[in-house]
Amino acid sequence: MKHVPDATADRTFTEDGTTDRDSVDSLLSELDEYAVEQALRIAESGVDAEISYLTIGPDDARDALRKALAMGGDSAIHVSDEDIVGSDAFGTSLVLARAIERHGFDLVLCGMASTDGTMGVVPAILAERLGVPAVTHLEDLAIENGTATGRREGDGATARIQGALPAVVSVTDRSGDARYPSFKGIMAAKKKPLETLDLADLGLDAAQVGPAGARSAVDAATRRPARTKGEIVTDDGTGGAGLATFLTTKKFI
Amino acid sequence: MAEILVLVDHTDGAVRKPTLELLTLARRLGEPSAVFLGPGVDAATEALGRYGAHRVYVVDAPEVDEYLVTPAVDALTQIAERTGPAAILLPSGPDGKEIAARVALRLDSGLITDAVDIQAGADGPVTEQSAFAATYQVTAHVTQGVPVITVKPNAVAPEPAPVTPAVEKQDIDFGPAAAAVRVLSRTPRERGDRPELTEADLVVSGGRGVNGAENFALIERIADLLGAAVGASRAAVDAGWYPHSHQVGQTGTQVSPQLYLAAGISGAIQHRAGMQTSKTIVAVNKDPDAPIFELADHGVVGDLFEVLPQLADEIERRRS
Repeated sequence: MKHVPDATADRTFTEDGTTDRDSVDSLLSELDEYAVEQALRIAESGVDAEISYLTIGPDDARDALRKALAMGGDSAIHVSDEDIVGSDAFGTSLVLARAIERHGFDLVLCGMASTDGTMGVVPAILAERLGVPAVTHLEDLAIENGTATGRREGDGATARIQGALPAVVSVTDRSGDARYPSFKGIMAAKKKPLETLDLADLGLDAAQVGPAGARSAVDAATRRPARTKGEIVTDDGTGGAGLATFLTTKKFI
Repeated sequence: MAEILVLVDHTDGAVRKPTLELLTLARRLGEPSAVFLGPGVDAATEALGRYGAHRVYVVDAPEVDEYLVTPAVDALTQIAERTGPAAILLPSGPDGKEIAARVALRLDSGLITDAVDIQAGADGPVTEQSAFAATYQVTAHVTQGVPVITVKPNAVAPEPAPVTPAVEKQDIDFGPAAAAVRVLSRTPRERGDRPELTEADLVVSGGRGVNGAENFALIERIADLLGAAVGASRAAVDAGWYPHSHQVGQTGTQVSPQLYLAAGISGAIQHRAGMQTSKTIVAVNKDPDAPIFELADHGVVGDLFEVLPQLADEIERRRS
């Protein structure tokens, strides 16, 4: 899971081109809640499952883990290290892969993308690093007979796809509404084990992650000029005709 | 001249417009070569040549259709290792992005996704991206290996530059991972008579205010009069009024057309993230405080069931 700046707030970049995490509140990426939901549904389907959540981030990223634990699940791992700040998708996936290998897994469930970076490539890179199938971008998910199967809305087609476990699976916001934590769940979450790891615990060093390990660089991040406020008219019975006139002047008609 | 690899997005040889845009952008960086995977290259070669592909590398192996993404990763990686390109360009859909990411990892290269423009720079391609629901414009470059870049549709208008391509068959050594994810069935998205949402120059979208599947006929009427694609907000899609493949927004399709007409859409942040870079935005909504009006070049505060029929009649009258 990822702890991200609230997408409904006014998000900004810092001087060095990384996300400014101090200016707005952060929360569990909405798209990751769908992955939590799918994990809980698998466990509830009668499969003998243990659910662990994993996040990378500063101290307050634990809030994302607590939110997920309040929805359900068993334990959580928080990877925190100053040197990870500014990692690209390759650095991030390297840290995730090491933490996942250390813990062991049958299934890695991810959201389709984070709501801040929106690249949506970490699940695929993670699968490549772990050497397991990537069953990604699923609108529904079934785990049966050691396989993950689901419907994927791809570039030009919709496909039903299937891969054998262990696998990395990512689910979209169409996969099923995420539940709200109950009061009981919130109280129970406080007692669930939460392990904190740093880079050394994962056998990684600073050169492999953060800006040092990044393979691309931001040259500039500039705020787009606000759109010039257009003409807003209240319909007095000629609104449609006025709109047609506007479209004509813009040569759309 | 430096070779630029462009992964072709096609259905049985019918090349989709974003590929022509990639070829157009590739010419700014060097000499484009198309990488064509699957059957149908004969049908595609003319179109690829018309937009400047000097070479077409073909991999017509059953693996490409039978398995997801990884055969394409094997093919593109091995062709890149053989040809030593100056950049690799792919379309920014779910498939294109995953192929790009895995190719970049294998080539020890950097990756930039969702570029909306590319220029040649002193140290390789310089990309432009939109960030934070398109409130920011970010320029970036790859610092390691062959730059792998995915580009959003409508980043550039396709410009012909006809050449006769050399078609070269490529044999690929598919690794064990190629067969990791099987495609059990594949249904190509229906093309219909309207332009595809991702490719359309004009988009007419309906939201919660359309208030019913049957009322989308009104949205479709305007779309057909303008030659536009039909879009829908997440609320309209979740209500089952229009198919998910038409959803415009952060988790649906992100569009950047010349004209975006939003009817009965309030403009939640997730929707704005998917259409905010449209060149001209017009909105019709009953609520004068709807956030969509902050983006609109022309907005009508009113009932879409009165405004849109009048607009349709007026378009027909002005055309006759």
